[in-house]
Amino acid sequence: MTANAPQPIGRAAPATLALVALLAAGCGVGGDDSAGAVDGSVSGEVVVFAAASLTEAFTEIGESFEAAHPDASVTFSFAASSELVAQILEGAPADVYASADLATMSRLTDAGLNAAEPVVFAENRSEIVVAEGNPLGIGTVADLADPDLLVVTCAPQAPCGAYATQIFERAGVEVTPDSYEQNVKSVVTKVRIGEADAGIAYATDVAAAADDVDGVAIPAEVDVVAEYPMTLTTEATNPVGGDAFVDLVVSDSGRAILAAHGFSTP
Amino acid sequence: MTATHERATAPRRVGRERLPIPALVLACLAVAFFALPFIGLLWRAPWRSLGDVLGRDTVRDALWLSIQTSLASVVASLLLGVPLAWLLARIDFPGRGLVRALATLSMVLPPVVGGVALFASFGRRGLFGQYLDEWFGLRLPFTTSGVIVAQTFVAMPFLVLTVEAALRQFDHRVEDAARTLGAGRWYVFSRVTLPAIRPALVAGAVLAWARALGEFGATITFAGNFPGETQTMPLATYLALETDPDEAIMLALVLIAVSFAVLLGLRDRWLGGSRVIES
Repeated sequence: MTANAPQPIGRAAPATLALVALLAAGCGVGGDDSAGAVDGSVSGEVVVFAAASLTEAFTEIGESFEAAHPDASVTFSFAASSELVAQILEGAPADVYASADLATMSRLTDAGLNAAEPVVFAENRSEIVVAEGNPLGIGTVADLADPDLLVVTCAPQAPCGAYATQIFERAGVEVTPDSYEQNVKSVVTKVRIGEADAGIAYATDVAAAADDVDGVAIPAEVDVVAEYPMTLTTEATNPVGGDAFVDLVVSDSGRAILAAHGFSTP
Repeated sequence: MTATHERATAPRRVGRERLPIPALVLACLAVAFFALPFIGLLWRAPWRSLGDVLGRDTVRDALWLSIQTSLASVVASLLLGVPLAWLLARIDFPGRGLVRALATLSMVLPPVVGGVALFASFGRRGLFGQYLDEWFGLRLPFTTSGVIVAQTFVAMPFLVLTVEAALRQFDHRVEDAARTLGAGRWYVFSRVTLPAIRPALVAGAVLAWARALGEFGATITFAGNFPGETQTMPLATYLALETDPDEAIMLALVLIAVSFAVLLGLRDRWLGGSRVIES
């Protein structure tokens, strides 16, 4: 009642596979169209993968980059450094990678995906992030051990989570967070909307949300200084633009922007 | 008469019918599209570390938690979703379209936004959540109950839509007959209607269960991420991906194996047609 010609599946399958292969090949050839590398001038799109804590500072640096290079544009992907490095290892097209710790950067260099020696361009401190006005009177890292407190930190995979773990160890307290968040912004958000009482976040992220949260300083002997390395990747499709972006970050004007957002610069 | 006739001949037609070649090619393409990602996953899987990964506490905790919470979500979906489907299918009330849209909104809502919405309503500072906390000491964010709420929120629409469609197609006259014989509304629904739409009920429950099992965005947003308490398999897989892709792949395969086994085991039951009318 319906078919025109009987067609056993066995004969159709090779054709289908060929078609699939064709489609796959078609996707593979395009895509190498990013400009910039041709004559050494900075142009085209520069893709920067950066730790979530760099969101505000890098966005501002990106604006000044685009002002200095009208033919170029910067596209950022901000997330946990660990998430970003996993994406790059899977072939994500990042020109520049900036991590919030050395350990995560070493996963990139171990894989040989860094086109240059990573350069440490900023340092950060951690703080206890609490609700505005610190209504619960949290004063020290040891206070976070109170089981009645809702405490969130980054997942240990992410640099901010690794720092939090070290801070708890150095303070000699046993803190069991109620949630391991994906990245530092998510930690601040949970405190910001009042779902968590306290968290461990970078001083810069606390400052960025200063309207809604307060930070409680962590003494230097307990705190761990966060070092931020960045590098051009070997997968860069716009190495000239990527280099220019790295240059801008470590320049005086880049350092001034980082400092304005609370980072210290080496 | 045609309805009964078609149903009786349906099993034989499945084997006899032939597709036009273009349709067959496209169908094969669809199969390849579904199969290739899994083949890729199997190809990349580090089989040697299977035992090692499965032995880890975090993995066992996550799997156990996923199974528990997804089943709890299905129970909640059945409990609330079947009466809702009944209401939508049978009662003509003003605003029915609105209610149906509302009931299915979470299907199209990005799950992360769903998580934020749950915060705004059931969070500690949420519209209703603050009273839950104040009056009953009940806190949903960062708890296993929160996981179930998040999963139910995104999964229940699948059950509601499936069951509602079946209820609409079901022949009213059978129910009317039962009622003329003196059966009450509830008796008719539970003894006549529900058994008759059992395939749709099972299909809806399986769809909801599958959706709950794979739920990620609403869960990590609303319920947070803590091993053994709120870290379900999708969350564990996602976080493992950042540091140990091999572990992530093994976790994904475990989840796929569990789901596939259930879907395969149930296929006959939910593909089998409604048999009540003939008998």
